[in-house]
Amino acid sequence: MGEKAPHISWGSIVGAELIVLYTLTPVVYLVSLSLKGGNADVNQGGFLPHDPSFTNYDTVFQFSLFQHALFNSFGISIISTVISVVLATFAAYAVARLRFRGKKFVLSIALAIAMFPVVALVGPLFDMWRAIGIYDTWIGLIIPYLSFTLPMSIWVLSAFFREIPWEMEQAAEVDGATAWQAFRKVIVPLAAPGVFTAAIITFFFAWNDFVFGISLSSTERSIPVPASLAFFTGASQFDQPIAAIAAASVVVTIPIFIIVLLFQRKIVSGLTSGAVKG
Amino acid sequence: MASTTTLEPTKAAPGGRRTKTRTPESAENRLGWKLAGPAVAVMLLVTAWPMLRALYLSLFSYRLTDPDNRELVGISNYGVVLSDSLWWRAVGVAVFIMVVTVAVELVIGFGFAMVMNNILVARGLVRASILVPYGIITVVSAYAWLYAFQPTTGFVNQWLHLDPGTNLFDDFWGSIFVICLAEIWKTTPFVSLLLLAGLSQVPNDAIEAATVDGATWRQRLTKVILPSMRAAIMVAVLFRALDAYRIFDSPFIMTGFANGTAPPSGLVYNAMIQRVELGLGSAMSVLLFLSVLIIAFGLMKLFRVDLSQVRGD
Repeated sequence: MGEKAPHISWGSIVGAELIVLYTLTPVVYLVSLSLKGGNADVNQGGFLPHDPSFTNYDTVFQFSLFQHALFNSFGISIISTVISVVLATFAAYAVARLRFRGKKFVLSIALAIAMFPVVALVGPLFDMWRAIGIYDTWIGLIIPYLSFTLPMSIWVLSAFFREIPWEMEQAAEVDGATAWQAFRKVIVPLAAPGVFTAAIITFFFAWNDFVFGISLSSTERSIPVPASLAFFTGASQFDQPIAAIAAASVVVTIPIFIIVLLFQRKIVSGLTSGAVKG
Repeated sequence: MASTTTLEPTKAAPGGRRTKTRTPESAENRLGWKLAGPAVAVMLLVTAWPMLRALYLSLFSYRLTDPDNRELVGISNYGVVLSDSLWWRAVGVAVFIMVVTVAVELVIGFGFAMVMNNILVARGLVRASILVPYGIITVVSAYAWLYAFQPTTGFVNQWLHLDPGTNLFDDFWGSIFVICLAEIWKTTPFVSLLLLAGLSQVPNDAIEAATVDGATWRQRLTKVILPSMRAAIMVAVLFRALDAYRIFDSPFIMTGFANGTAPPSGLVYNAMIQRVELGLGSAMSVLLFLSVLIIAFGLMKLFRVDLSQVRGD
């Protein structure tokens, strides 16, 4: 990041190890817990399994609520991400490039919603969604996700739009392109990395949401993954579902790991873009 | 506003060869709203409208299961909530979690940012690993910490050679301690990334000049480095503080809001979704919203910065 010549020092090596230890220990523990076979192994404590097996994963995938939850979460998260990014691209373009009355209003709304206490909305939404019949449906979750991912996407994207050389769009317009063509042919390709970043962050939000999930869905029709984890009962009602929950947790963390490994650079730039311009 | 945005229209306007409309301003106005309108509409649909409805419902005594007995009670719901010590306890819990976690996150986050700013080896690995807690589902992180600290399943008691029966979840302070740990673990990466971005903005010549002038490391830190990171620190504090105050997932999973660990969002959820007390719950929702506003404005006043400027607009 910095222009300072990086140097290999003992301090930074130890520091790097500490960071990795800090970030991964709970995750490794969860994996280890998920591999513990039988209640005796689970309840003897300790970090590593004594009798490792994959039975917990079998249990999890036989649990139909969890299967549905995985399907719902993927579907809902991807649809929310696509819609959110499309709407945010338009809005961010307007904010970064156009002068129109109410621009400050758009930004203030986005800022206010980023600060909004989600829980304060679930009651009224619960009531309204039941009244219009979209309680416990995909769309009933997609709409709330959208309104909370839009502010983030608008910020990330408008930060990207501001860095795009404006002259190119102007040149396109001088060459006879309409504003819309200039936008589509010149700006959109240049902004693609930003769009992608916004998409990843949006996906994280939707995949992570718990409050809307437990309040606005109730059955396998729409229940998302985090909510299903909280309602996990294991193979039998009397069985300790701890290791099974751990296995389910590992399963739902795998997509996150893949995304992080593939796109870490983009996520970092997206999270910090615009934050430190001042 | 970025300076470029204010310049563009005047640059574009004079040519006016393609006269789409009468005045360029109104065309730009309409295009602006055509593009931003749908996003604004969706954002308002799920926030402004339900919030207004909550404001309205909060004036009623209304249980979803007993709609016939719905009656207008005015502001008495607010009186009930505000005179209940449970509400104030919840606010206290959330403020405690907010202050502790944000303070610890700033310190650890700054340390991590310094390390990441300086390392050459294993940069990708460190960066990827720091994104893991950020990306992981909060519920999953809550389970990991819950099980790690439980006397039967956990390893913490063994590693720390505690009495095997020690259960931190037996009482308030133990529960809050683990809830804070989980929160800190999950969100320090976000803070450290913001601070890392802030660090990269610190002018190197200023640090060198200070070094030449004989400033100690501590002086360089407090006089040069931290002041030039002000914007990044402010954004981190504001966003993290509001998030921590609204905490919900971890206490829900770890304690089920037992032992007095319910934050205000927990009380709202219990009233609204568990007991379907829409009137009382709506009043709590409005109060939660107001308290978030108060914290947001308080922090902005404290930092004397307009957040919209920091965000670059």
